[in-house]
Amino acid sequence: MSVTQSSVEHSNFLEIRNLKKEYTAGNPILKGIDIHITEPGIVAIIGPSGTGKSTLLRCINRLIDPTEGKILFDNADLCLAKGAQLRKLRRQVGMVFQEYNLVERLTVIENVLTGRLGYMSAWQAWRRKFSQQDINTAFELLDAVGLTEHASKRADSLSGGQRQRVGIARAVMQNPRILLADEPTSSLDPKTAVEIMELLERFSQEKNIPALVNIHDVKLASRFAKRMIGMSNGVVVYDGPPEGITDEHLKQIYGGESWLA
Amino acid sequence: MAGVNSTRLGANKDRENPFKHNWLVSSLWLLVVCYIVYSFNAMDLSLGRISDGLGHASDLLARMVPPNFSRWSLLLSGLIESLEIAVISSICGIFISLFLGLFAARNLMPSWISTPVRALIALCRTFHPVIIAILFVKSVGFGALAGILTLVVASIGFIAKLFAEAIEEISLKQVEAIRATGAGFTSIILFSVMPQVFARFIGFSTYQLDSNLRNSTMVGIVGAGGLGGTLFSAFQRFDYDFVAAILIVIIALIMFGEFLSNIVRHIFR
Amino acid sequence: MNAIDHHWQRFTLKQKLSRYAVYLVLVMAFVQSIQSVEVIPEFLLDAPEQMADMFSRMWPMDFAYYPVTVHDAMIETLNIATLGTLITLIFAIPLALMNASNIVSSTWCHWISKFFLVSSRSVNSLVWALLFVSIFGPGVIAGVLAIAFRSIGFVGKLLGEALEEVNMGSIEALKATGASWLSILLKGYWPQVLPAFFSIVLFRWDINVRESAVLGLVGAGGIGVVLDDSMNLFQWDRVAVSLLAIFIIVILAEILVVNVRKRLI
Ligand SMILES: Nc1ncnc2c1ncn2[C@@H]1O[C@H](COP(=O)(O)OP(=O)(O)OP(=O)(O)O)[C@@H](O)[C@H]1O
Ligand SMILES: [Mg+2]
Repeated sequence: MSVTQSSVEHSNFLEIRNLKKEYTAGNPILKGIDIHITEPGIVAIIGPSGTGKSTLLRCINRLIDPTEGKILFDNADLCLAKGAQLRKLRRQVGMVFQEYNLVERLTVIENVLTGRLGYMSAWQAWRRKFSQQDINTAFELLDAVGLTEHASKRADSLSGGQRQRVGIARAVMQNPRILLADEPTSSLDPKTAVEIMELLERFSQEKNIPALVNIHDVKLASRFAKRMIGMSNGVVVYDGPPEGITDEHLKQIYGGESWLA
Repeated sequence: MAGVNSTRLGANKDRENPFKHNWLVSSLWLLVVCYIVYSFNAMDLSLGRISDGLGHASDLLARMVPPNFSRWSLLLSGLIESLEIAVISSICGIFISLFLGLFAARNLMPSWISTPVRALIALCRTFHPVIIAILFVKSVGFGALAGILTLVVASIGFIAKLFAEAIEEISLKQVEAIRATGAGFTSIILFSVMPQVFARFIGFSTYQLDSNLRNSTMVGIVGAGGLGGTLFSAFQRFDYDFVAAILIVIIALIMFGEFLSNIVRHIFR
Repeated sequence: MNAIDHHWQRFTLKQKLSRYAVYLVLVMAFVQSIQSVEVIPEFLLDAPEQMADMFSRMWPMDFAYYPVTVHDAMIETLNIATLGTLITLIFAIPLALMNASNIVSSTWCHWISKFFLVSSRSVNSLVWALLFVSIFGPGVIAGVLAIAFRSIGFVGKLLGEALEEVNMGSIEALKATGASWLSILLKGYWPQVLPAFFSIVLFRWDINVRESAVLGLVGAGGIGVVLDDSMNLFQWDRVAVSLLAIFIIVILAEILVVNVRKRLI
């Protein structure tokens, strides 16, 4: 694992500088976040509920607009991007959601194919004119997540774990330069959660891209992550390898200690 | 039982009936009765006039049978014109409503777009189609054109509103997921909004086709083309057997329309 | 890797074909209608100008006309709508009971009630008005009855559906106590459909206010008569007053109904 990693030269995947976000003026949720991501692999973000983890991820692909700061991605500042440029940057950021957010009335394969919409003109989208190469890729991805036989089922007939696989396939279909996953395992049983994490790890290795994963399960996080970021009250309080996290850190992140046991 | 209870408890007071007498309901009934008395007076209605009328009614019914289909060519041309009005106005009305409904949806559009569009839709709804028909007849003359324009306006007032409501009820999570792939506005609509609302849109559209069919047989009464005009002049000439024939055709047409829209709904289910 | 090209299909062939058939029929009907309908294109192009001309004649409105006739006619219109809605209930409630399969099980009854309900809905209120005008002569009676007869189908159908949706558990419990048919209706069904009943009646009343405003055009009383008169005399400033009055009443009725329904539910 570390062999492949060291063979890759350190590149600038994503750089977040002094990011701030306030939903209501004077009430900041993110209070100046600095994160520099230079290596592929899973980066786990942990922190208590309401601390702004989702807000951070959604700022990165601009589903919400940051108040202040810089997000440097692909040699551009995401915070300033607008219109066509924003869409071009967004399609390079794959997002996986906690509640899967599949378009329920479309089939599984169609959901995977929607990952290509950022690359298509409105006219092509209207005619559902996906290129043959896209269709082949979609089926390969579906195979990779083990859902080939479900390809033409409607998305709302799948189980949670299956849906999340489709969600991941859709994100990878974008051919992203980074993956974001907002609590991808929170609605799943422990075994399925591990499988989903394995999938994310596998894709981030295959594509040689980083995957930012919000996650509540610290054990699961340290098992897969190369790097952990602990957030509390809108600031980063730990940033380093998972082995470096001590009970002291966890106390600082989550507060209290009775839960540590 | 009650006696046993009261002696044991030593209480002589009667319990209250749990089915409470509802004063609100009683006064509502009283109000209704008063209103009926008042309105009969105000409108000068009397049972005498009504029973007089019933005599006429049996007369009228007797003159309606047997229905007279001898002027079938007149009937047919009116019927065809009604159908044409219904088809053209439904297709145009549904097409325009698709866009207006989208622009009126408050969850996808900023309020400076949705508010004026909603006002326009509300305006189309407020007036009865017949009043709109009169205004169109006065401005574009007698005939099918006035009928078509009327029913386009009526369709907008009805289904653009339903479209907008359907869009407002969709799950925004699915929209957000597609937006996150970098899709443009059109693609977002096509791949996350439309799949969620398409089936309901088909339902509304077939319903509108139905109701345009009904109304296309009516707007003719004020001169806006179709079978209604034929019906109105038959009434004025006291050709009640022809009236009966026209009514039968209208009812058959409407039932046929309902049959067709059931098939369409079934296909798109 | 790319040895086989994948295919995916949204629908089966049969589904696809039947959908295309619907689209095709629609397009053909549309083209055919456009070609054969008797519309003079110049009139269509001329329409905006004519409309503008008409509206310019409506201004300034003749407000002095309001107290003379419009006010009384508006009251009459409201009375037609209200009384018509009340009379509907006399017919609609029994038909709804007959139509609800959990109350009456005889298929004969269903067919009979269905026949009346469907006929009531298929005939437009304006046509009902024409019929009643030729029976009772011009005037409010025709209007009230037209409204009543047109509403039977609407109220009867919706009320029947509401009755079918009641919770049968509590009905069975009542039956088990040996209650009579009438008391089951009154203490079992009625409380359960009460909100639906009022909401249906109010909804229909709202529609009836709109409809009763036009019945006068065929002589069935109300504001329509006034509208028709001033239109025939080309008194557009008076037409405008009537239209404005209708507009305001319709909006008020809708606001009233929406608010009352909110409290009911
Ligand atoms: N759209 C919004 N408008 C206003 N406030 C918001 C909005 N979204 C989130 N917030 C607030 O921002 C804070 C951070 O929310 P966020 O969802 O980012 O937390 P989180 O760290 O993801 O929590 P969790 O672990 O429970 O998902 C919360 O206090 C929340 O109330
Ligand atoms: Mg969150």
